[in-house]
Amino acid sequence: MKSLLKYIKDYKKESILAPLFKMLEASFELMVPLVMAAIIDNGIANSDTSYIFQMGAVLVLLAAVGLASSVTAQYFSAKAAVGFATKLRNALFSHIQGLSYTELDTVGTSTLITRMTSDVNQIQNGVNLTLRLLLRSPFIVFGAMVMAFTVDVQAALIFVVTIPLLAVVVFGIMLVSMPLYKKVQAALDKILGRTRENLAGARVIRAFCNEESETADFEQENELLLNTQVFVGKISAAMNPVTYIIINIALVVLLWTGAVRVDNGIITQGAVVALVNYMSQILVELVKMANLIIQLTKALACAKRVESIFDITSSMENGTLGKNDIKAIKGNDKNAAIIFDHVSLTYSGGGDESLTDIDFVVKRGETVGIIGGTGSGKTSVVNLIPRFYDATKGAVIVNGVSVKDYDISALRAKIGVVPQKAVLFKGTIRENLLWGNENASEQDIEDALRISQAKEFVDTKDGRLDFMIAQGGKNLSGGQKQRLTIARAIVRKPEILILDDSASALDFATDAKLRAAVKDMENDMTVIIVSQRAASIQYADKIVVMDDGAVAGVGTHEQLLADNVIYQEIYYSQFPDRKAKAVD
Amino acid sequence: MKDIASKRNNINKEILSKVLDHIGKYKIFLFFSIVLAAISVILTLYIPILTGEAVDCILGPGAVDFDGIWDILKKMVVIIVLTAVVQWVMNTCNNKIAYQVVRDVRDEAFHKLQILPLKYIDGHSHGDIVSRVIADVDQFSDGLLMGFTQLFTGVVTIIGTLIFMFSINVSTTIVVVILTPLSFFIAGFIAKRTFSMSKLQSETRGEQTALIDEMIGNEKVVKAFGHEPQVMEQFTEINARLQKASVKAIFFSSLTNPCTRFVNSLVYAGVGILGAFLAIRGYISVGQLTSFLSYANQYTKPFNEISGVVTELQTALACAGRVFEFIEEEPQIPEPDNAAVLQAPKGNITMQNVHFSYNPDQKLIQDFNLEVKSGQRVAIVGPTGCGKTTVINLLMRFYDVNSGRILIDGVDIRDMTRKSLRESFGMVLQETWLHAGTIRENIVMGKPNATQDEVIAAAKAAHAHSFIKRLPMGYDTVITEDGGSLSQGQKQLLCITRVMLCLPPMLILDEATSSIDTRTEIKISQAFNTMMKGRTSFIVAHRLSTIREADIILVMKDGNIIEQGNHETLLNKKDGFYAKLYNSQFEGNSSAMHN
Repeated sequence: MKSLLKYIKDYKKESILAPLFKMLEASFELMVPLVMAAIIDNGIANSDTSYIFQMGAVLVLLAAVGLASSVTAQYFSAKAAVGFATKLRNALFSHIQGLSYTELDTVGTSTLITRMTSDVNQIQNGVNLTLRLLLRSPFIVFGAMVMAFTVDVQAALIFVVTIPLLAVVVFGIMLVSMPLYKKVQAALDKILGRTRENLAGARVIRAFCNEESETADFEQENELLLNTQVFVGKISAAMNPVTYIIINIALVVLLWTGAVRVDNGIITQGAVVALVNYMSQILVELVKMANLIIQLTKALACAKRVESIFDITSSMENGTLGKNDIKAIKGNDKNAAIIFDHVSLTYSGGGDESLTDIDFVVKRGETVGIIGGTGSGKTSVVNLIPRFYDATKGAVIVNGVSVKDYDISALRAKIGVVPQKAVLFKGTIRENLLWGNENASEQDIEDALRISQAKEFVDTKDGRLDFMIAQGGKNLSGGQKQRLTIARAIVRKPEILILDDSASALDFATDAKLRAAVKDMENDMTVIIVSQRAASIQYADKIVVMDDGAVAGVGTHEQLLADNVIYQEIYYSQFPDRKAKAVD
Repeated sequence: MKDIASKRNNINKEILSKVLDHIGKYKIFLFFSIVLAAISVILTLYIPILTGEAVDCILGPGAVDFDGIWDILKKMVVIIVLTAVVQWVMNTCNNKIAYQVVRDVRDEAFHKLQILPLKYIDGHSHGDIVSRVIADVDQFSDGLLMGFTQLFTGVVTIIGTLIFMFSINVSTTIVVVILTPLSFFIAGFIAKRTFSMSKLQSETRGEQTALIDEMIGNEKVVKAFGHEPQVMEQFTEINARLQKASVKAIFFSSLTNPCTRFVNSLVYAGVGILGAFLAIRGYISVGQLTSFLSYANQYTKPFNEISGVVTELQTALACAGRVFEFIEEEPQIPEPDNAAVLQAPKGNITMQNVHFSYNPDQKLIQDFNLEVKSGQRVAIVGPTGCGKTTVINLLMRFYDVNSGRILIDGVDIRDMTRKSLRESFGMVLQETWLHAGTIRENIVMGKPNATQDEVIAAAKAAHAHSFIKRLPMGYDTVITEDGGSLSQGQKQLLCITRVMLCLPPMLILDEATSSIDTRTEIKISQAFNTMMKGRTSFIVAHRLSTIREADIILVMKDGNIIEQGNHETLLNKKDGFYAKLYNSQFEGNSSAMHN
């Protein structure tokens, strides 16, 4: 929580004033019983009507001033809490933008989203409540006690006993029931999980006729939830009756003590009434405080979770080399666009090496295919080029300079990536394509659509480039989305284009047309195609065969088919006909 | 307008009567709860009167009636203890009703889930259904049952307080009765004024959440395109708007409490002044004035609570409506009483004049006929998204045909029990689905009492044994719903093992596409071949060898079956879709095609 406090710095004034005004209101509230006592002791006893009117006016005045201070407090606390949350959200979002792929992998995006949304909201509520109530409730409880002391010391001692007793009961019950509520939540999560599972797996469950056993399991878990709930309910149902007993027994004792004191002439009848009033004020505030503490514990837990996100720092240090800075080219191969120089990669928390001693060169303008089974490390290899991850050993060199020396955004500006999962954003087709290059001309966009084979379907959409893509691209088919993500990368006119298994939703004919069009592009683009399909990479200038995190062979299709066992296995499993021919 | 309102009223009444039906089982608890609530309220209200009487015994030095006060205090202690006990029993009763009704409704909903037609499950967002079964049921029990008791005690408190107050003094009571509605009025006024602000706040928040979802959900793409600054800018803009809206909404809605408190204070002052005058004239005693003051304090509380409860009741009713809507959804067509039990079918499958579509506007399968003999293989071929699953849906009777019929060994599948039909099919889908549970539990789905030896034998036959063995706890390894660390291929091997264990006479298989690596793919197709031997099988095929070995090929496009025949006949139809599809795979190298 501490490190989050800095976001409230700009609202220091508000966060001090809010509780102050709240306490002011409470002070006025605490004066009411005294005024009433004065009415009884002076006004009624002396039949002094003008005194009663005066005191009545004081009561109304107290109420009005109380209202004014409370409204002021609400305003300051709303301003402080919301301002704090806004700053926090901005900072958190910006922090997340600065994380690298490694951190995104470890934390998980769904976690980040929850932190950004519901957690920050909870914290905002917590801050708001804290500013408003955290000081007010104890202030009234102890204030009532102090006021009781001013009325009569001996009678006030009853308060001294009652308040801690109440506190023990209220917080004791909370302490006992809170872990039990966690159990309830766990039981609820279980039946929620089963419901979701049964929806997703409806076909399989019915195919195996498991409906009855699923229902039986559900009923059992549901029963468990019921029993836990009833058990917890019994405990928390005790809260009100027990506090009721304590307060009212205290009231009985107070009346008896009051009677004795009045009889001895130490205090007046009005004083007894005031003491009774203070007792009932305490009860109301204690109940409020118990609720407040529940809310605060929740908010604190959220704050801790948000803090843990801030504690994660990017594992990547940024380089300084801009996009167009040309540095002395290392190595002797001036035509090399990308060099993998004995690169190994271990994912954080991943245990074994995912890539081992990758070593090959991609020449400028070349088309290189990378093929291999799932988990063989194809994507890991290409992810090193835009520095999504840092190599743990060796170096990845782009245009003669290690990727670590580039300013990351300058490096990525050179590269067009089409990731496996076709992701588009809510907005028009044009807006999505401009992601690739904000300054792209209309002609650039049309060219990109043509090359990516997207033109044909974009032409059929209402408004063409102004066609609104729904969130997550839901109103497009998988193949359409994929073609647009390719177009988006091409709009960049990148030096290096990386297609990471990005034609999987395209049929073979479209895939082939796409490859041909990319090849015909004017600039001297280096293209890297990752695929499981031999047909997609077979005509590449160079094919890199990956197996189990290592390079199993580099060469042309013919070379590899002649002497690379793994390539043969992959190729013939997809083209069994050719095998027959090869054996002939 | 009036019509709509009365309609909504009727709907609410309907929902309410359904809720009452569900509570009916727990009538005794409900009866106790109501009686106890009334008792507890009256006892609670009696305390201020006793306090007042006690105060009247304390007049001044030497003028204290100790005998009287002792009697009153004794009475108070008894009432206090009694009230506490009554309250506890009442709370427990309420919990019992609420939680049991929730349990019943959830059981019902889940049972419904199992007999709903697949059409419903496919056509509705799963998140929505889950929230009906979980969140809505909770809300409905909280709001409706707790709300009901609150409403009841609130009303009893108000009536009780009024009676007690009138019994003490009429004119002071009238002051209270006249001033109290003021707090109502103010609360209502604030709520109306803040509504549009709250709405703006929640809309802006929704907008922000959508952006967060989209951008952080796809953070990797954002980074790949170096789009962080633009996204940040977008975010800051929305965030600033949210701040503005939130400060307003939160501030104004937080005015309700101070304002109603203010009205309370006014009532208190009014009672104080008037009471003091009456006391001077001797109409009431100081003690009675004390009782009045504490009544004045609590009299407005139930009003505030009730106005809260009313909105809560409305949401609760809406939630209950959503739950019951789900529970009353039309189930799948029940089986006829004399439904046949399909026993060890030979596997002759006939489809006669089958018409089918998911919705009437879009025609899919029309007048389709197919004759599959026992042991034959049928390959279903076509581009992704062509509706290959439709055939599976029809064969397994996940959906019913619109017209025409499907026969197995000459019996219409609608005339046999669903259980026996589905047990006769073994199904392996590409979209693997695993239970949260152990590997073993996942395998024995079709044969719960299988021995460990049988399980291992099946896993071996499915080429899954070797990887299962290497898992940390072998067959007892617990996996999560999405399969956790298992690869796509391994998940599919597990699903194959599942079918391998019970191996029914007919099969529906879905071949892997590109997400599986070549070696695993070979294992899977070996396993498929083992299974298919001698069994009528339908296979959604991607591998050329599978397609070529099939006895019948169904070519699908846009949900419709457009061609049917074996490899040679289809390839000879030069303009046929199959021929084109087949050739496109080998574009640029077509010479190798015909060997």
